[in-house]
Amino acid sequence: MTLSSPRKSVCFCLLLLFGFAVAPEPGAQAQDWVRTGTNLGVSKIRIAAADFKATTADTQTAGMKSAFDQTLYNDLRYAGIFDVVSKSMIPNTTPGTPQEMQVAQWSAEPSNAAMVAFGNLGVNGGRVNVQGFLFDTHSTTNPQVLGKQYGDTATVEAARQIAHRFADEIIQTLGGIPGIAETKIYFVSNRSGSKEIWVMDYDGMNPRQLTHLGTISLSPRVSPDNSKVAFSSLGKNGWSIRMFSLDLNRLVAFPAWGGTTLSPAWSSDGNHLAFSSARSGDPEIYVTDPSGQGERRLTAFRGPDVSPVWNPKTNGQIAWVSGRTRLPQIYIMDADGANITRMTDGGYATSPSWSPNGQFLTFAWNRSYGPGAPGGEDVYIMDIASKRWTQLTHDSGANDFPSWSPDSRHIVFQRQQGGHTEIWMMLADGTDQQQLTHGDGSNTQPDWSWK
Amino acid sequence: MHYSNRKTLVVAASLAAILTVAGCHKKHPAPPPPPAPPPAAATPTATITANPTSINPGDQAVLTWQTTDATNVSIVGLGTVASSGTQSVRPTQTTSYHLVAQGDGGSADATATVTVNTAAPAPTAPSESNIDENAFEQNVKPIFYDYDSYDVRSDAQSTIQADASFLNQHPNLKVVVGGYCDDRGSTEYNLALGENRANAAKQALVTAGVSPDRLRTVSYGKEKQFCTEQNEACWQQNRRAQFTLDQ
Repeated sequence: MTLSSPRKSVCFCLLLLFGFAVAPEPGAQAQDWVRTGTNLGVSKIRIAAADFKATTADTQTAGMKSAFDQTLYNDLRYAGIFDVVSKSMIPNTTPGTPQEMQVAQWSAEPSNAAMVAFGNLGVNGGRVNVQGFLFDTHSTTNPQVLGKQYGDTATVEAARQIAHRFADEIIQTLGGIPGIAETKIYFVSNRSGSKEIWVMDYDGMNPRQLTHLGTISLSPRVSPDNSKVAFSSLGKNGWSIRMFSLDLNRLVAFPAWGGTTLSPAWSSDGNHLAFSSARSGDPEIYVTDPSGQGERRLTAFRGPDVSPVWNPKTNGQIAWVSGRTRLPQIYIMDADGANITRMTDGGYATSPSWSPNGQFLTFAWNRSYGPGAPGGEDVYIMDIASKRWTQLTHDSGANDFPSWSPDSRHIVFQRQQGGHTEIWMMLADGTDQQQLTHGDGSNTQPDWSWK
Repeated sequence: MHYSNRKTLVVAASLAAILTVAGCHKKHPAPPPPPAPPPAAATPTATITANPTSINPGDQAVLTWQTTDATNVSIVGLGTVASSGTQSVRPTQTTSYHLVAQGDGGSADATATVTVNTAAPAPTAPSESNIDENAFEQNVKPIFYDYDSYDVRSDAQSTIQADASFLNQHPNLKVVVGGYCDDRGSTEYNLALGENRANAAKQALVTAGVSPDRLRTVSYGKEKQFCTEQNEACWQQNRRAQFTLDQ
């Protein structure tokens, strides 16, 4: 993966927030509400990741160790809660076991690490075995925080997945909530020649094509239990919701409604789907159970109503996009269609995603949209209770379809620049932007898995 | 814009189609037998047409007639009428309107037939099998929309009327109404907007007398573009409702 942008300093971040947040309170506090709400608020723990020690000496081990080391290092960097010691500043040793670890070397300048991850990796009888440890460098008597052991079939891919699991253990232990290193990103790619549904690891590795429909498939949304992907697809009779079973690795039945039916969204308990359908002749928001039965219509207003998303904390509210006043705006209503509240105050606002903690929306917004207007399409975050918002992307192409990570710390989105659309991720305060796909067709509409 | 390239073919095909339809009118310019004595009086002439020539029960057709050198003009069933004029009719079954013009120089007559489709329409009207995609698109033209709007513009009304007229003349054709958007803005919203555009065009055709059973809407949003340059002329080309044969 290309590390496209260096991490921006806290100062720069502060400046951006001060400059762009329309908040009744000063900018410094605006930064507080973003960082606290996205679990990014506490000061970052300085952590070092030692290169793991190879316990077998052959080229297969070397390849797996290299993938493991790189993956673990990146996972810790992307986590958003660590200040990861650069590889050039760590001690020139490779401790493979607790006996070989001398924490004083790691707590000293220049690495200055509070925590150090280390261990060993070897291949035996076609299996890769990994021992991973996390030590607190300031504890001389009982420094071990974690000790884990992993085994799997000896492949580079397995070594990467073990690194993700070890990274998530560290992140859970030190960050208090589950990490995202084992999560997936579902997306649309036309690299096969038509727009199909794909899935990749959260770091952009390991892409895999799910559908082979040869038409246009859009808007993948994975179910909370990772068993199914709902999406919309163009058939002879227009757009309908289709359902792909990840367990069976094939399409499963879902009723086809007449009229343009698209943009499915799962409730976080997996018990409901919301989507847009024009079966009445006008696009409206409907809710059904996961098999497409028991329909309820929620909206009844002329004009486009599309892109619903549930409040995953309560499943009691739905945010969606409506063109009832002409240009699309973000609205929120109760899950029975009552209490409609408009959230955005103008421009062209689309593609909402609701943070797992229920506190924020992220969405795409072009605040000065209009014929000939030079506005940019950027990703924004809004605190729902106060409607205060902050712009997360700036002057970098057209950005759309932000989707929250399950830890509320990250956002994945699509960015169109120079005719190419690629998938990027960033921390939920707009820093640490990383490009995940690289020039293989057009890659759009990312959807972050729930776990 | 690819569709402009095949204009010549399309014009030829559509002319053929129109002539086939027009040929049904069975005009009887009736060259009267040379009247014997009075040398001065001219022989009357008479023409009558119906538009459309084929309607659904309850719909109306307009008769248009012209005569010359007649002193007494009548249409059988409607009685005496002006020497030329138009009148709308709502026959409940297939009716021939027989125009008779009598004058000092003799008489002339002409007939126009309005076919009323029965509930189970005749399997094919002979002329329709000749209508291919090109001829169809040449006769049933797209309409265009304002930016981020799905209102049928006033300048699209004449297109809708012409489209509806053609469709009413070819009652067995089924139509896909495709809604399209320019490639700015967001994918999902544009699909919903395209659906609204397709539906607005469908409603305009229904208002103009086309049965809704013949019209099916599909939104293409910004997924299919007619023109790919980034300028207003191109965007305008892409904001449309396009009519295609539903095959």
